[in-house]
Amino acid sequence: MTQEDKKIEVKGSNLVRRNFFLRMLGIGTACAGTWVGSGNLVARAQSAETAAAAAPKIPDYDWNKHKWAFGVDATRCIGCLRCVEACKAENGVTQDAHHFRTWVERYVYLEGDERAHVDSQSDAQNIAASGSEKEFRFDNRYKDAKVEKAFFVPKLCNHCTHPACVQVCPTGATYQTKDGVVLIDHSYCIGCQYCVQACPYGVREFNHVMGVTDKCTWCYHRITKGLQPACVEVCPVEARVFGDRNDPQSPISAFLRNNRVSVLKPETGNAPNVFYVGIDKEVC
Amino acid sequence: MIGTMAQAAPYVGYVYPNETDIPWSVLIVIYPYITGLVAGAFIVSSLFHVFGMAQYKPVARFALLTAVSFMFFVPMPLLLHLGNPQRAFNAVLTPHWTSAMAAFSYVAGFYISLLLLEIWFAFRADIVALSKTTQGPLGTVYRLMTLGSDDVSPRALALDHKFATVLAMIGIPAAGGLHGYVGFLFGSVKAREWWSSDLMPIIFLLSAIVSGIGLLIVLYVVYSRIRKVPVDQACMKGLARTMWAFLLVVLVIEGLELLEMFYKRLEGIDMVQRLIEGPIRYGMMIQWGGSLIVLALLTVLIVFRVEGKALVRGLVISGVGMMIAVLAMRWNVVIGGQELSKTMKGLLVYYPEILSHEGLVAVAIVFTCPFVVLWLITRFLSPWEPEPS
Ligand code: SF4
Ligand code: SF4
Repeated sequence: MTQEDKKIEVKGSNLVRRNFFLRMLGIGTACAGTWVGSGNLVARAQSAETAAAAAPKIPDYDWNKHKWAFGVDATRCIGCLRCVEACKAENGVTQDAHHFRTWVERYVYLEGDERAHVDSQSDAQNIAASGSEKEFRFDNRYKDAKVEKAFFVPKLCNHCTHPACVQVCPTGATYQTKDGVVLIDHSYCIGCQYCVQACPYGVREFNHVMGVTDKCTWCYHRITKGLQPACVEVCPVEARVFGDRNDPQSPISAFLRNNRVSVLKPETGNAPNVFYVGIDKEVC
Repeated sequence: MIGTMAQAAPYVGYVYPNETDIPWSVLIVIYPYITGLVAGAFIVSSLFHVFGMAQYKPVARFALLTAVSFMFFVPMPLLLHLGNPQRAFNAVLTPHWTSAMAAFSYVAGFYISLLLLEIWFAFRADIVALSKTTQGPLGTVYRLMTLGSDDVSPRALALDHKFATVLAMIGIPAAGGLHGYVGFLFGSVKAREWWSSDLMPIIFLLSAIVSGIGLLIVLYVVYSRIRKVPVDQACMKGLARTMWAFLLVVLVIEGLELLEMFYKRLEGIDMVQRLIEGPIRYGMMIQWGGSLIVLALLTVLIVFRVEGKALVRGLVISGVGMMIAVLAMRWNVVIGGQELSKTMKGLLVYYPEILSHEGLVAVAIVFTCPFVVLWLITRFLSPWEPEPS
């Protein structure tokens, strides 16, 4: 595994535990430094781009040759949540009901209701049903209700073409790769969480142990080796589709060709690259 | 505790799962608040230094010291909030210029430098005098602070005055910029319905000035008590009028903003309404109730030409009232914005922690520091005119 791979593939094992002393030291020096900040012309000359990592050195991978995209067929999703669990395991995501790189929403219209009832695997009742915050399932609360329409919607980072998160990141720790993926350099992130605020889709979460923001990478460590993202791999009904738009034969190219797709919150101008089939106006 | 998440925010309706971990804590409420106090105090000093309004002379230099004491601590809440504060310099060394936040250290650094320079010119004659009369290590400090310029001839003093004026003139747009910038940090976040407003910078700026004037009034009266000197009536009357004017404008603009929002009734307005009636209900009551009461009180003080002790008392109440109301406003914006879910289908409730580095105790410490520093600075460099004997 190269250095860059390691950087990208942040696993629970290489979590950096900061100690209190370092933190206080940092506060002290930075506080003093802010006062002289304006005079630091030499530093200013270093442009923002240096913050964004150079192309990762991954054997046999050229990020200029790919254009990744993701498809979600909500009509297929059965809400089994294997993707959520696989993602947490694959990416070392905090094991609780408040931190996810991907999640699934359930929309249920009961007879006579105009608005959908919405919940996700994090809902307290669903957590109670699963019995822990490490495994997830949707409970059976609508068993006796008259359900008119119901469907599941998997959510994940949209790897936007115009990502608000990248725009607001003060350090360039969040950056866009040439192959259309938005990544976070965990060794550079200062943990200000401005990006968490700026993402309209709520896909960013904070890793409190490392003090950095985290989110879905489309399993960059896998896709650059020719594998599928973990969630796509485990989905039993092929509700999740992934591939290279530069390759007309790829599953995503076929998905986009054969379906009328939509994206979430187009009005934000973010131009998402996760394309949906089978969602309706209630989906937020 | 470091390394763990604060209590997950309870919610109603549907919110994105990650939203239950509220990103910006009460520390980020105090950040724009302290910045605002700086801007307000500075504006008062400029009324004298730039516009030559003589009635503000008694507080002009004190206002400068107040501004700088608070400005020193503006970065503090931000640094405490960072997940990796030891990397804070990443944003300074390699600023990502599309980010409003990247400019912070430059804006703050520029402003602090400006303040320090202006203070130096405004106090140079005093520093020179002190350097001549003070013995021991303290005398050395004063002598160093003269920066080798101990010419106090009328010509040199006139030059000082000119420099201080020019710096104050630059300082006005800078103070405006500093605080308008804070408003922009929030107003430019399109993902947050409650923040994303073009009026945010101007509202932040105006309310900042009101709170800063309030702070100055309170501090001036308290310091006068301690020094056992009478409070300058003309100065107080002037401050009352300035505060009244700025308060009126900010209330009109904020009121218009709410009116427009509810008149247009764009998608999501129901949730905004529920936010106001729910999680930030008390905050809104304090912000609006406090502001309106202070406005009424100030109107009475001005219209009935109240003087003497009653004026001082009324103004201290107004000052404290505005400091509380504006603090509530910062809470309503910073916390309220995060309590309104991005799904627009749910509301979260933020409960501040008490003891953690992002808790209320930390906030209290951060907010006490500027007062202590101000007290130390005034001992070292008295901003008061000598009493006519
Ligand atoms: S979905 Fe959010 S985190 Fe992902 S790229 Fe878009 S703005 Fe950034
Ligand atoms: S928290 Fe987000 S915005 Fe802040 S430095 Fe890290 S990646 Fe950038």
